Amino acid sequence: MNIINLVKIAITALLRNKGRSFLTMLGIIIGITSVIVMVSLGQSSTQGVQSQLSSMGSNMIMIMPARQMRGGVNMGNSNAKSLDLKDLKSLENNTKYVTHVSPSVSSSAQLVFGNNNHPGALQGVAPSYADIRKYEIADGIMFTDEQVKKYAKVCVIGKTVAENLFTNGEKPVGQTIRCGQVPMKVIGVLESKGENGMGQDQDDIVLAPYTTIQKRFLGISHFNMMFASATSEEESELAATEITYILRSNHNIKQGADDDFEIRTQEELLSTMSSVTQLLTILLAAIASISLLVGGIGVMNIMYVTVTERTKEIGLRMAIGAKGKDVMWQFLSESIILSLIGGSIGIILGIFISYALCTILNWPFVVSKAAIGVSFAVCAATGMFFGWYPARKAANLDPITALRYE
Amino acid sequence: MENEEIICIRDLHRNFQVGSEIVHALNGVTFSICKGEFVSIMGTSGSGKSTLLNILGCLDTPTSGEYILNGNSVGNLNKNQLSTLRNRLIGFVFQNYNLLARTSALDNVELPLLYNREVSAKERKERAEAALEAVNLTDRMHHMPNQLSGGQQQRVAIARAIVNDPVIILADEATGNLDTRTSYEIMTLFQELHSKGKTIAFVTHEPDIATFTTRTIKLRDGDIVKDEPIAKQSAAQALAEYEKNLKSSVI
Repeated sequence: MNIINLVKIAITALLRNKGRSFLTMLGIIIGITSVIVMVSLGQSSTQGVQSQLSSMGSNMIMIMPARQMRGGVNMGNSNAKSLDLKDLKSLENNTKYVTHVSPSVSSSAQLVFGNNNHPGALQGVAPSYADIRKYEIADGIMFTDEQVKKYAKVCVIGKTVAENLFTNGEKPVGQTIRCGQVPMKVIGVLESKGENGMGQDQDDIVLAPYTTIQKRFLGISHFNMMFASATSEEESELAATEITYILRSNHNIKQGADDDFEIRTQEELLSTMSSVTQLLTILLAAIASISLLVGGIGVMNIMYVTVTERTKEIGLRMAIGAKGKDVMWQFLSESIILSLIGGSIGIILGIFISYALCTILNWPFVVSKAAIGVSFAVCAATGMFFGWYPARKAANLDPITALRYE
Repeated sequence: MENEEIICIRDLHRNFQVGSEIVHALNGVTFSICKGEFVSIMGTSGSGKSTLLNILGCLDTPTSGEYILNGNSVGNLNKNQLSTLRNRLIGFVFQNYNLLARTSALDNVELPLLYNREVSAKERKERAEAALEAVNLTDRMHHMPNQLSGGQQQRVAIARAIVNDPVIILADEATGNLDTRTSYEIMTLFQELHSKGKTIAFVTHEPDIATFTTRTIKLRDGDIVKDEPIAKQSAAQALAEYEKNLKSSVI
């Protein structure tokens, strides 16, 4: 018997029991729908996390001095003085995959304005820092390279700082605040960034030229750390390699010796976050597959009933010349068609539901092509697997007994 | 040509193991059926006629002995080969019609040809239509079995049995479920087919049905007790007489 006849016979048989065929399909439909929805939602959340991370600057690279060992004592990395102006200049001029570089020196001082005061985290940076960290200036301007050169007493403050110091509705830009003993002019206010992934308030900062912090607050000439941005997220590893090479040659580190600095890219953070959501996706998909399994058993159950119910028909078909193989394929194709139709409906329904959910939750809508492909394959396999046993039972019937069956 | 043997059976045995006992359903049966014969196989229940029919129909194989169907030795064929023989050489007519429910008469008749790869869809339909025409059911082609009377259903079944142009038609109590009048109609149809050259083996336990055939083989306890040609009566005539009697009894 050829395939067209086979499919025709199977479809006719399924149409003869529309209600039952639909209910059987329902199991598969629910199974596939839930798999698609779960995987799609999982991927949407992964992508959501990723886009959140890249808003922080996903191509950001952090360069920190490495821990210093002195006489077997770990001095921590805050004491290290390995990064300095020379490194900054060479990173600015000699790199291909690095677009911006900014040093960073940190200090803290009590900020005072009028009757208000606020503990301030002062960060000395270059103007490019705003680009690297994707800070936007809400009001005023960022300080310039010129002001960096002149150790200018200017600063750009975050929203939290502004709210705590200027409680009477003053416009922060143009005011002079006192940072410890040093009066500083506020020339800009940063756009609010809210909390970062770790729950830190990203708006509780004061940015000032790094030279100002170095000379007027700390009296040092090295940097605590440096920030750089790679040309793109994908090239951040290349940029890191490049930076490593330059810094090693600057620091005269012999081949084989350890770096005296440490480079971190956002990619590591990203992969950690992604692995969490991916785990979640797998978990959800696993739960959804259980419903698919139950659906498959439903198909098997119905095929069993069908074979028993149609024993006489099987007997007749065999009497007029159907081979065991023909009967087997007839029932197998019934269960495969049932599964495939159910699967197709499930896929469409799954895409529709995940689209609706993503719209409601305001998540990026992702349809996993892999999930669709796998679902379809699973459907066919389900049909085969769960249809096989009943079909074989049918094929092995003895025509004489089957014909007599009441 | 007239004496060409279609079925040739030599010393046929068929034993069934029931528990620890062996039941001899057929006990060394020997006969042959030639082309163009209309044979009735008679016997009470338990005489072995169903077993014989199953073997003749290649649904079962003998325990020992020889069965040659149209030149094919059936004894040592496997399941698939038996299926092919049934599909190409045999037409079955059952007591309870065995039509597929919710399937049109035409589709039911097409069924045997579906299992024959050499027949195209177009040819299949043409042959099925021709077969239905031969049993005078041209106007019922697209009716479902439950829309047909018992006699019509049996005629669909006969159409299905002749659609593959078999060398022999095996009928198993084909009139068993029908009233006398419809039985005569069906027998008229069988006689028509016989007159067109079909070979028919007709299993029945009703002696008056057997009178419409040309030869009777009588079985008892697995043995042939009688095998003789008989003078065939016309079923059409019997039908006419029956109708006449019916009319007179009503008046």
